[in-house]
Amino acid sequence: MNKINSIRKDWSLIETLIAQDRKILDIGCGDGGLMEQLENNRNAMTHGIELSRDLAANAIARGFNVVHGNAELDLSQYSNNSFDYVILSQTLQAMMKPKDILSELLRIGSKAIVSFPNFGHWKIRLQLLISGKMPVTESLPYTWYDTPNIHFFTIKDFLNLCNEMNIVIEKSIGLTSKGRQFDISESVTGVNFFTHEAIFLLSYKNFEPIKIKSSKKVFAKNSVIAN
Amino acid sequence: MNTKFTTDTKLESEIAYFKNINLKLESGDLIDSFKLAFKTYGKLNTDKTNAILICHALTGDQYVAGNNPITGREGWWSRMVGPNKPIDTNKFFVICSNVLGGCAGSTGPKELQNGSDVAYGGNFPSVTIKDMVKAQSLLIESLNIEKLFSVIGGSMGAMQALQWAIDFPDKILNIIHIAGALKHSAQNIAFHEVGRQAIMSDPIWKNGKYFENNEVPERGLSVARMIAHITYLSENAMHRKFGRKLQSRDIISFGFDADFQVESYLRYQGKSFVERFDANSYLYLTRAMDYFDHDETFRKNIEFSHNPNNHLKYLIVSFTSDWLFPTIESKMIVNQLNSLSREVSFLEIDTDKGHDSFLLEEPQLDDVIKGFLTSNFTKIDE
Repeated sequence: MNKINSIRKDWSLIETLIAQDRKILDIGCGDGGLMEQLENNRNAMTHGIELSRDLAANAIARGFNVVHGNAELDLSQYSNNSFDYVILSQTLQAMMKPKDILSELLRIGSKAIVSFPNFGHWKIRLQLLISGKMPVTESLPYTWYDTPNIHFFTIKDFLNLCNEMNIVIEKSIGLTSKGRQFDISESVTGVNFFTHEAIFLLSYKNFEPIKIKSSKKVFAKNSVIAN
Repeated sequence: MNTKFTTDTKLESEIAYFKNINLKLESGDLIDSFKLAFKTYGKLNTDKTNAILICHALTGDQYVAGNNPITGREGWWSRMVGPNKPIDTNKFFVICSNVLGGCAGSTGPKELQNGSDVAYGGNFPSVTIKDMVKAQSLLIESLNIEKLFSVIGGSMGAMQALQWAIDFPDKILNIIHIAGALKHSAQNIAFHEVGRQAIMSDPIWKNGKYFENNEVPERGLSVARMIAHITYLSENAMHRKFGRKLQSRDIISFGFDADFQVESYLRYQGKSFVERFDANSYLYLTRAMDYFDHDETFRKNIEFSHNPNNHLKYLIVSFTSDWLFPTIESKMIVNQLNSLSREVSFLEIDTDKGHDSFLLEEPQLDDVIKGFLTSNFTKIDE
């Protein structure tokens, strides 16, 4: 699978997670390819952020609302819940503070879509085990000293973080290195082993407010003290 | 036809006269009648959807493209505006007017006071960016254009474009805001003040009445221009252009002649400026920029007082080496707009040419302006 096909595949899967007529922020939007696809196929209203000056200029010249900037510095300017979806495609592993970014995504958007290469894939594990060197693969093609990917993590790591942050995984799509697609939540065994790339649709847990009857507090499942 | 407006053609420049209109200025003063000098390029389409207003910077004029009869040189943005140029006059109807308070044919300190044969001079009322835009909106109305496709400007022109978005959001579709800010910074006011002091301390200025003896405070005005010109460049650009190169000599003179090329260049800039610009106008227009401040009010302005601005698209452009209107100032606008979920695009262009970059060869600026206009025009044309 070459890089372009891989990105297109990623995009078309992201598209399946998105409803019609929604407002979308694409972080790392490049020259607006995914935005264009979502405007055409989902009638979406799109905004984007792009770090690369040239790509941002291309996107703007193609008529997209794109801000040339750095997601790690510039997300704070967006208001709470100002988008239906915030998309972070293949970039979480390159962020300085992935956890902060994740909470920002769900602050700005009602839902977040995050895709990333799985460092727990068997080929990567095997490379490290056998060669004893940092793995270099098709999806992670950089040597350790010049890689933009500074935070490697596996699906298991990601699920643990979501759990810790009270993030609900609404949908999850896994792709094997051969491009076979499956639902991560349904295939229990070996997911972390065979998933090459993962795409998650995330939202925050909806906590039920605590109902106080006389002096006895009744805690519902998944509840938090709301004031 | 509305009888308030009359337009006639004078040589290469058109003038719009507004009689008994009682234009109320932000200062509270009234101007009962005034005129605006303007130029148009290209043709207005039958649906009147292709009109673009270009707002000029501090020392600009209505001659945005083609030949400028005042200087005998090409218009100030002729590399950007014209047939098949980024702002394509084959496609768009471009309007550019000399600002209120200017000195290229619009009512300003240089012009005669209504009903008298004496120029305004220092009696001209203080004008602001808001007043300039109000006057422009009357011009657009007199041209029977209900909605401008775009308002474009750099520096003081960017201030006007932003003011359009605030005051007349229902009369425009988008703005292109280049090298501007929400407010004129303390440093910028300081530079302007030095320039004004240079003019006012020239004995020929005579409280703005120099025209009575047919004189011009050349020294003061040229020093003001020299100072301002430094702020339009960058250290790198100056070094690249001049370094420490000597002017018409092999060794330093141990005197105060223009030994260095950079001195000679600034002297030339000052001298040629005096020939085309009015000293009083310079005082008034720099003041108008100083008074520009939407730092506190911008959010409120677009959020509450004018709801018909939801449709507006904004393109904000800054330059890495611009220290007069640095990127951070542009980003303040972008942040405000993003926090309100407005349709904003922003690009910081990498260049060492300083604030003047918007007037110079910057291919990325051309591409972005052309693309932004073309793609958004296609959307409304469908």
